[in-house]
Amino acid sequence: MSIVLIAEQILNGLQLGVMLFLMAAGLTLIFGVMGLINLAHGSLYMIGAFACAGIASATGSFWLGLLAGLSAAAAAGAIVELAVIRRLYNRDHLDQVLATFALILVFSEGTRWVFGSFPLYLTPPEVLEGTVTLPGGIIYSRFRLAIIVAGLAVAGGLFLLIGKTLLGVRIRAGECDREMIAALGVNIGILYTLVFALGAGLAGLAGAMVGSIQSVQVGMGEPVLILAFVVIVIGGIGSVAGAFVGSILVGMADTLGRFLFPVFFGTFMDPSSAMSVGSALASMLIYLLMAAVLVFRPQGLFGHVGA
Amino acid sequence: MDWIRKMKKIAVALTTVAAMALPAIAHANSLKVGMITTLSGGGASLGVDVRDGFLLAVKQSNNPNIEVVVEDDQRKPDVAVQLADKLIQSDKADVLTGIIWSNLALAVVPSVVNQGKFYLSPNAGPSALAGNLCHENYFNVAWQNDNLHEAAGAYANTAGLARPYLVAPNYPAGKDALNGFKRFFEGEVVQSHYTRLGQDDYAAELALIRATDADSIFFFLPGGMGIAFLKQFAQSGIDLPLLGPAFSFDQGILQAVGEAAIGVKNTSQWSKDLDNEANIGFVAAFQAEYGRLPSLYASQGYDTANLLISALANAEVSDADAFRAALKAAEFDSVRGDFSFAANHHPVQDIYVREVVKEGDILTNRIVALAMEDRSNAFVNDCSM
Repeated sequence: MSIVLIAEQILNGLQLGVMLFLMAAGLTLIFGVMGLINLAHGSLYMIGAFACAGIASATGSFWLGLLAGLSAAAAAGAIVELAVIRRLYNRDHLDQVLATFALILVFSEGTRWVFGSFPLYLTPPEVLEGTVTLPGGIIYSRFRLAIIVAGLAVAGGLFLLIGKTLLGVRIRAGECDREMIAALGVNIGILYTLVFALGAGLAGLAGAMVGSIQSVQVGMGEPVLILAFVVIVIGGIGSVAGAFVGSILVGMADTLGRFLFPVFFGTFMDPSSAMSVGSALASMLIYLLMAAVLVFRPQGLFGHVGA
Repeated sequence: MDWIRKMKKIAVALTTVAAMALPAIAHANSLKVGMITTLSGGGASLGVDVRDGFLLAVKQSNNPNIEVVVEDDQRKPDVAVQLADKLIQSDKADVLTGIIWSNLALAVVPSVVNQGKFYLSPNAGPSALAGNLCHENYFNVAWQNDNLHEAAGAYANTAGLARPYLVAPNYPAGKDALNGFKRFFEGEVVQSHYTRLGQDDYAAELALIRATDADSIFFFLPGGMGIAFLKQFAQSGIDLPLLGPAFSFDQGILQAVGEAAIGVKNTSQWSKDLDNEANIGFVAAFQAEYGRLPSLYASQGYDTANLLISALANAEVSDADAFRAALKAAEFDSVRGDFSFAANHHPVQDIYVREVVKEGDILTNRIVALAMEDRSNAFVNDCSM
């Protein structure tokens, strides 16, 4: 096992982590500001990927597709917030879960109706094809490196937005006390729609980028949604910083677990059973991590007690 | 325009029902088929193809006495079991078919055949149903699950691939796949790597493959998993020949994989360019009817329906023994060419090696070699029939 291989796997973990952050950031913002559990967040990810694939194949430009993915998901998010979600803020979480689950079914079958049952073609733009050799002789996929850079840039932008702008102040105020900021004259309706569209846009961006190296098909959002929930439980529900740390932790744990567990069990077992025990344990690892966090810090790493 | 086709199908079904109500032909051999297949969710493209192939053959037969009731199992075993009960008890279906996934087939088939109904599998072929759970009323018209993997192992010997790295999902069909590959393979397997079922990121696995001295990769990753693997393989800069069963290179998903798939060898019992009269007619009729090229799954649905139609021409379904003998005889023109049933009612057929090529703008497969001739399956002796 060489240093180069370990370095490549760390990059892979980081790439999975920043991708998860784009999903988890929206999920945690929406929960933090509006107190809403949005199961349909994975559908917005799917919409981003389908819009990107559709526009990219119609225009031949991946970049237009990426823009379309981001804006289609943001628009879908805003529409859903205005039409459905708005009515759910005062309901309990079970009603929200039921309604947003219904939205998953509506979006999935709607997408099938428009695009058909077969997976769509989406591939990275030519400038990002192939590999690049990093210092130390690490051969790494150009596109994955671009995802890492783009994800970190979006994370930086999001922290600036929340920490340094008026909208950010309102978002933070909304997380603390929803009724008070409405009483202070902030148009809470517009704020909610904006936050929802922002979260949806980030999910759409993730879907468009990841769709280029995975399969663009109906139902692609739900597995990612589950991971994103694991991330925000680990990071602390409502905390964007927690979502970031949680994402990187989950990305690293999942990738390195898949890589190192078989090697570790291989030191005292025969190769084929080491592989099957190792890969079985690796697929549980992030849930074990979540369970451990819940035992020792139930509010999550960055959560507030009683939040 | 999927909904137009759906409307057409409903219209066809209604006409069929109306025709059956006519007393003049009430004595002819009539047959009710219950199809349980996956029409929504992630695996829907497979079910859609099986259904379309099946309905095309029924339509071509011009036989007004065949009625098909199609139901969507959503890829859920519990839903499939309920649908089977409904189709048998309230729709009074004589024959059931359509299931795509092995876990659903295992949940449904034993109870269906024990109620005296027939089941014809157009896709799933789990080893249990070929071995100790085999049944006189169960016929598999596709393959036993191991077949295409066995053929890949046999082909690897002749192609001089000595040190393959094997990848499959960690679930029963994945283990069957790698065992199937090893059954006839004589070289040295570098690693049998089991990944999570439904995994869609293979960065960690590809990095490991790069670090070994493997000379080729064999993978069984059906559906979206295979699309993701191939795209990421193409981005990884690893330069090794790929080999796999046809499922990841099928007509339905090739366009989604794109140029990354060109040149990949895959094993299949069917190909669009198989040169026999039935297949040439099938490919042309399928394109005319649905506006797309048929897939392996469509060919299996089509063969399943034609087997059923051939049996109905020779026996009535009410006479179970005669109908079973007529099915077993398999007197239909399979799009695969030669086709017969082994003692455990699974196909004996040739399995080919195909290569992914580009014809105009369309990615498709062409046959490059014969991998195994008249292949039966490894479980005939475990079956008491």
